[in-house]
Amino acid sequence: MDKVDVGKKILSENEKYAFENIIFLAEQKKLCLNMISSPGSGKTTILARTINGLRGKIRIGVIEGDIQTDIDAERIRATEAPVLQINTEGACHLSATQISEALKKLPVADLDLIFIENVGNLVCPSAFDLGESAKVVVLSVAEGDDKPAKYPAIFAKSKVLLVNKIDLLAGGHVDFDLERAKADARRLNKAIEIFPISAKTGEGMDLWCDWLLGSVQKGIAQQ
Amino acid sequence: MHETTVAQSLMEILSAEAAKQNAAPVSAKISCGTLNAVNDEILRFAFEALAKDTLCEGVELCIEHKPIRARCRSCSQDFDVEFSRPACSKCGGEDFDLLPDAPLVLEQIEFQSDDNDGQS
Ligand SMILES: Nc1nc2c(ncn2[C@@H]2O[C@H](COP(=O)(O)OP(=O)(O)O)[C@@H](O)[C@H]2O)c(=O)[nH]1
Ligand SMILES: [Mg+2]
Ligand SMILES: [Zn+2]
Repeated sequence: MDKVDVGKKILSENEKYAFENIIFLAEQKKLCLNMISSPGSGKTTILARTINGLRGKIRIGVIEGDIQTDIDAERIRATEAPVLQINTEGACHLSATQISEALKKLPVADLDLIFIENVGNLVCPSAFDLGESAKVVVLSVAEGDDKPAKYPAIFAKSKVLLVNKIDLLAGGHVDFDLERAKADARRLNKAIEIFPISAKTGEGMDLWCDWLLGSVQKGIAQQ
Repeated sequence: MHETTVAQSLMEILSAEAAKQNAAPVSAKISCGTLNAVNDEILRFAFEALAKDTLCEGVELCIEHKPIRARCRSCSQDFDVEFSRPACSKCGGEDFDLLPDAPLVLEQIEFQSDDNDGQS
């Protein structure tokens, strides 16, 4: 038998487009955040509340990734932010190619910050870089405080962790040890920023919005 | 199940290499990191399904997982990260930065030889 050394990256196609997206976003001086979580942790609700909270301060656009339907895009449209829906038709993650297409269709020049709502899945999207400035992982308290320990990859790769639905803690509706979740998320990622929030009541949202505002301004100041 | 995407790309590279070598692939050696979430069983399953009735049918996948490495902030030592209790291998410090995870790479392909050595 003949052995042939290949040494080829298997996902080089995705990597190529991710790199193009990085260049494009850098040239346009735009911040782009890739939001990843399990289905139902509150990504769309957080986005709508964030857009409303930062109205008049930063201009936000959204790329919505879903397997099917444009329900989430409709919810974002209600905030009047520019939004673009991508249907992955069964795929469990967005690809850099899809983001490259979406960036051509969004009015990028009129925006400061672009959010990508990835397909609801805590595992697969973490393996596909989209060319984003940073990843934001969302964990809702109803999912359990053991998730950072069980799914370390996405917590290791994210710049921000939003612990959502903290309104449920007050009534004792769920047992969720916030300190444990924080400690496990930081085990592999000392620098991760953690914001406990409720997208329902608005609690904690001001700190998250301040962080976004600061990041957009810093991004602009750097260039 | 992003393993389907991985299996698809793998098939494409394998087919192109097979055309170049003008030979049938028998096995493929793949390496990957720790954080790119490849599940061996699912990848094999997806690959088998895609490879059926193609030149790649029956190709055996050997998958090597490389540990993720980190650099200690106190003593600059590089070390393999133990997920259950990550700490510096030299000073035991727990303050470290992760180094880039190994990418998914098709390392080597084994082809059926032309001059059959009587094995088949
Ligand atoms: N109690 C509570 N419910 C929330 C909160 N954020 C979102 N939800 C609810 O959780 C469900 C899923 O939210 P959605 O934004 O669609 O999650 P996505 O799938 O991650 O986009 C909806 O019924 C929301 O109303 C929160 O902070 N507290
Ligand atoms: Mg949603
Ligand atoms: Zn050390």
